[in-house]
Amino acid sequence: MSELVTRTAAELRDLLAAGEVSAREVAQAHLDRIRATDGRVKAFLKVLDEQALAHAGDVDRRRAAGEPLGPLAGVPLALKDILATKGIETTCASRILETYRPPYDATVVKRLRQADVVVLGKTNMDEFAMGSSTENSAFSKTYNPWDLARVPGGSSGGSSAAVAAFDAPLGIGTDTGGSIRQPAAFCGIVGVKPTYGLVSRFGLIAFASSLDQVGPFARSVTDAALLLDAIAGHDPADSTSIPEAKPDFLAGIDKGVQGLRVGVVREFMAEGMEPGVRARVDEAVARLEKLGATVVDVSLPHASYGVAAYYLIAPSEASSNLSRYDGVRYGLRVPGETAEEMMANTRAAGFGPEVKRRIMIGTYALSAGYYDAYYAQAQRVRTLIIRDFAEAYAQCDVLVGPTTPSTAFTVGEKVDDPLAMYLNDVYTIPSNLAGAPALSLPIGLDEHHLPVGLQVMAPVLGEPAMFRVARALEADLAFDPTPRGANALETPGGAAA
Amino acid sequence: MSTVTETTYEAVIGLEVHVELDTRTKMFCSCAIDFGGEPNTRTCPVCLGQPGSLPVVNREAVAAAIKLGLALGCRIAPTSEFHRKNYFYPDMPKDYQISQYDVPICLGGSLRVDTSEGEKVVGITRVHMEEDTGKSLHVGTSGRIHGADYSLVDYNRAGIPLLEIVSEPDVRSAEEAKAYLTELRAIVLALGISDAKLEEGSMRCDANISIRPAGQAEYGTRVEVKNMNSVRSLGRAIEYEIARQIDMVEAGERIVQETRHWNEDAGTTSTLRSKEEATDYRYFPDPDLVAVAPDSAWIEQIRAGLPELPAQARTRLRDELGLPADRAGTVVGNRLVGRLDEAVAAGASAPEAANWLVNEITGWAVERGMEPAEAPVTGVQLAELVALVGDGTLSTKLAREVLTDVLEGKGSPRGIVAERGLEQISDTGALEAIVDQVIAEQADAAQRVRDGNAKAIGALVGAVMKASQGKANPAMVNELLRARLLG
Amino acid sequence: MALSTDDVRHVARLARLALSDEEVEALRSQLSDILAYAEQVGEAAGGDVPPTSHAYPLANVFRADEPHESLSPEEAISTAPEAEDGRFRVPKIVGGEA
Repeated sequence: MSELVTRTAAELRDLLAAGEVSAREVAQAHLDRIRATDGRVKAFLKVLDEQALAHAGDVDRRRAAGEPLGPLAGVPLALKDILATKGIETTCASRILETYRPPYDATVVKRLRQADVVVLGKTNMDEFAMGSSTENSAFSKTYNPWDLARVPGGSSGGSSAAVAAFDAPLGIGTDTGGSIRQPAAFCGIVGVKPTYGLVSRFGLIAFASSLDQVGPFARSVTDAALLLDAIAGHDPADSTSIPEAKPDFLAGIDKGVQGLRVGVVREFMAEGMEPGVRARVDEAVARLEKLGATVVDVSLPHASYGVAAYYLIAPSEASSNLSRYDGVRYGLRVPGETAEEMMANTRAAGFGPEVKRRIMIGTYALSAGYYDAYYAQAQRVRTLIIRDFAEAYAQCDVLVGPTTPSTAFTVGEKVDDPLAMYLNDVYTIPSNLAGAPALSLPIGLDEHHLPVGLQVMAPVLGEPAMFRVARALEADLAFDPTPRGANALETPGGAAA
Repeated sequence: MSTVTETTYEAVIGLEVHVELDTRTKMFCSCAIDFGGEPNTRTCPVCLGQPGSLPVVNREAVAAAIKLGLALGCRIAPTSEFHRKNYFYPDMPKDYQISQYDVPICLGGSLRVDTSEGEKVVGITRVHMEEDTGKSLHVGTSGRIHGADYSLVDYNRAGIPLLEIVSEPDVRSAEEAKAYLTELRAIVLALGISDAKLEEGSMRCDANISIRPAGQAEYGTRVEVKNMNSVRSLGRAIEYEIARQIDMVEAGERIVQETRHWNEDAGTTSTLRSKEEATDYRYFPDPDLVAVAPDSAWIEQIRAGLPELPAQARTRLRDELGLPADRAGTVVGNRLVGRLDEAVAAGASAPEAANWLVNEITGWAVERGMEPAEAPVTGVQLAELVALVGDGTLSTKLAREVLTDVLEGKGSPRGIVAERGLEQISDTGALEAIVDQVIAEQADAAQRVRDGNAKAIGALVGAVMKASQGKANPAMVNELLRARLLG
Repeated sequence: MALSTDDVRHVARLARLALSDEEVEALRSQLSDILAYAEQVGEAAGGDVPPTSHAYPLANVFRADEPHESLSPEEAISTAPEAEDGRFRVPKIVGGEA
C-alpha cells in the first residue's frame, strides 16, 4: 500500500478511524518508504522500526477494543533528534551525545504519545541546531529530495527532508532563527514556528533558550495546525510556557482571506532575493489580493539588524547552555590529567567546528567588558524589532514576505563562509526575536524546479490568522509537494517525474 | 606577631554568609531535600543538569528570602531576576550556577549587634537567592582536594536553595564579625528558614578582609578568606589574616588580591587562587526563568507572619520581664525565649525561670552535645520547679536533682517529688528531734557556737541535713539551732 | 573588532575548549569577521531603549514546595562516563571553588 505514504495526516486519521486501514499498515508503508529512500536522503539518524510497529499495533488493539485514542492515533511522524526520548539515543547530531540515552521524555514527546502519534525515528540536524543546511551534523549530511545534490536546509533538515520524501506525513523540528521555516521552504513543505512559549521546551535540548521553539512540518497547512494543536499548551515544567489557553488553530482555518489585511514587508522585498523567489512571492501576494485580502505596504525598519542581534544573543545563550557537556555526568569523555583537562579535551573532540565557533562567539560576547556592547545592546535591538512589529500590526493582521533569499543551495556551497550562511536567516530571525509565530508555505518552483517558500508572520498568539491566510493561498495555488526535476528522489511507487 | 590592638592599622571587613534553606524541595526542582542520604538518591534530570531539563522556582524559597529581607530591614525589590554565573566545576551540574546578580530580591538593610564597646550597626548590602552545588569526595592519601588522585561527585546537595547575605564593609574586628554572624544566625533560626549549622555547612561565612592605616579613607587590597566552620574559627581566621597583612605591610610587601583558605588545624590561611586566576563569570539573565515580582499583598502577608526577632526579644526580656541585659541575651541566643515565656505564663518569676534555663538546663544540654532549646523540659514544668523551690518544698540542691529527672523523662517536678518523697521536712517537731540528737552527738561543735564562734554552726547544719537525708529545710534548721544554742 | 590569538586562547580557556593552533588561527579570523558584523547593534539602539530578554513577558512562575519522586541512584548514574560507589568519578580537581 505504498499509496498510503502520499496521504496527509488528516486523510490517514480518517482512514484509520473508518477502519479502512490499520495503524500497523500505515507504519509499515512508511517504514518501507524510509528503507527504500533513506540511503540517499539520509533524513534519519535512527529508525525506530520495532517501537513504531509496536505502538501502531497497540493503537490498533485499543481501537478494536473501543478504548479512547488520541486525536492523531496511528499517524506517523519524524522526530528531530533534539527532543529527549527516554532510553532512546538523543544525540543532537553531536559526537558529544553520541551514546546519550536520556532518563526522561520531553513534554512534546509525551504529548505526541498522548495524541497516539507513531514516532518512526529520530531525524538528522545541524549539530545542536546550529546551522542552515544540516551539513553540520557529526554523523551524516542530509540531501534535499527535490535535488539530491542540494541541502534540505537546516537545522531541522532531517525532519523536513523526511516529510518531503514521503517518509512521514508529519515532522517535528525546532526553530531558533529559522530552523523550521527555512528547511520547509527548501523542501517544498509547510513549516511552523509557533509563538514562543506556546509549545513546551522541557526536554528540548537547548541551543538558545530565549528563542528556541518546537514546531510542526507537514505537507498541508491543516496537518501542520493539527500537529501544533497536539503539542501546544501550558507546561508547568517550563517557566517560559504561556499559561493562557492555546488558541483554536482549526476553527477558522477554511474561512478564506476576505476582509483580512496582509502587510508586505518592504525591507524584505528590497534586495538580496533571487529573481525566482521574487517572482513567486509577487505572484502569491497578487493571489491574496485576488482572494479578497487587503494588501498594505509596511516597514520593519530595524529588521536588518536582526541577524547581528541574533548572532550575539543565540551564541551567548548557547555558550552557557552547552557548558554542561563536560564529560562528567553523561556523553563523551576524553581523558585528561585533571578535571579541567578532561573537560577541555572532551569538548574539543565532541563538538564540531560550527558549535565551537558559536561557543567562542558567545563566550567572548558575555565576557568581562563586552557584555554591554554586545549582549545588552543586542537585547535593545530586540526591543526595537518588537516595536517595529507592533507598529506594522497596527495596520494589518499578518505579514508576508519570502522565507529565504534563495532556494536550496548545493551541498558544500556555503560551508566555508559562516557569515554568508548566517545571512540566509535574514527574513526568519525577526520573528524569533519578537517571540511571534511564522509559517513557511510552498508557493511554487523557481527556474531550477526548486520550491520557493512564502513566510506568513503573525503577532504573538496570532496563529489562527496565520493559518487562515496560508490555508487560503494553499487552496488557491494547489502546490504539488511531490519532488520533481532532474535530480529528484523518485515519487512513491514510481520513478522521479 | 603584631596584633589588631595596635593603633596604627584599622581592619575593614565585609562578610558574605550563605544559608541553606530547609524547604522541603530544592530551589528549581521537586527533589526532596534530605541531608545525609546515600549518594545521588535525591536527583532528577533538572538538578543533574540533564540536556533539555528546565528550572522552575520554588515559591517557598522566595518566601524565605523575603522573610529574611524584611527581618534585616531590606527593601524587597519590586522585580528581581535570576542570572547565570558561568564557570566550569565538576560538582556544578550545568557548569553554571543560577544566582542573582544586579537585581537581587532584597537590597539595603542593617543588622544591630552588641559588642563590648556597645551597639554596632552593620549595613546589609543585599540578600539574594541561588542554588547550591554538589559535593566532591576527594580520593587519595590526603583526603583533600590538593594531592587527591581523583574525585567522586554526589549531586544530592546540588540545587538546594541558598540565600547569600552580603554585608557592607562595616565590620572592624574579629569580635564584631563574630557578633554579626551570631546575630544573623539567631535571626535565621528565629525565622525558621534554616537550621543554620556552621559546623555542618548549612550556614557558611566568607570574610573579605583588608587593612589600612587608621584615619585613611581608601580601602586597602582585600583578601577573601573561606572555610570557617564556626563562629570561633571566623574570629581566629580574621585575627590571623589581619596580623598577616600587617606583618606584610610592615615588611614592605604588597598585599595581593586573592582568595585564601582558612586551615583550622594549622590556624593559618593559605592561597586558594589569585585574582589573575579568578574566573570571568559571564553573568547574564537566565533565559529559562522569568522575573520574580512579589506583590505587596504577599509581602505584607509575610511581614505579618514574622516572629519576634532576637533584638526585639532581648529588649522585651530586659524591659518587661526584668532580666539583666546579658541574661536576656543568653536566653535569646540559646533560643529559650519560648520556654521562658511559657514558664512566666504558668506563674514563674522571669529572673528565676531564666536562671534555671541559662544555668542548669543549658549546662545539661551542652554536656550532651544538644542545643539548649532541644532540652526536653517544658515551660510549665519549669514553672512548677520554680514554685516548689519558692514554697520551700524543695531545696535548691534537691530541685537540681528533680530537674535532672525531668530532663531524663521521668515525669513532672511534682510527680517526681511525690514519687521520691523529696518534700523538705518543715515540720518543727520532726526537725527538733533531729537537731537535739545532733547537738548531743557533736557536743564540741555545739559548745564552740555557744562560745560565740558563729561559723561553727555550719557544721551542725550540715550534720542535720545529712541526718535528714537532705530533706530538712535548711533555713528552719538554722533557726532551730540558733534558738537551742544561742537563744 | 580584530581579535588576537591570545584573545582566542583566553576565550577558549574560559569555554574549556582545547583548540589546535590551526583552529585558533581560523577562529581568530572568523570571530573577527562575525563580531565586526555583529557590532552594528551598537548603532541600532540608543541607551534609552530597554533591553528585552523575553518576548512574552511573564513573572512569578513558581512551583509548590512539594516533593516528587527522584530518579533511582542507578538511573541517576546510568549516563555517567565513569562512576564509583554510586558517585560520578572525575579526574583530580586541582585548586578550585571550595
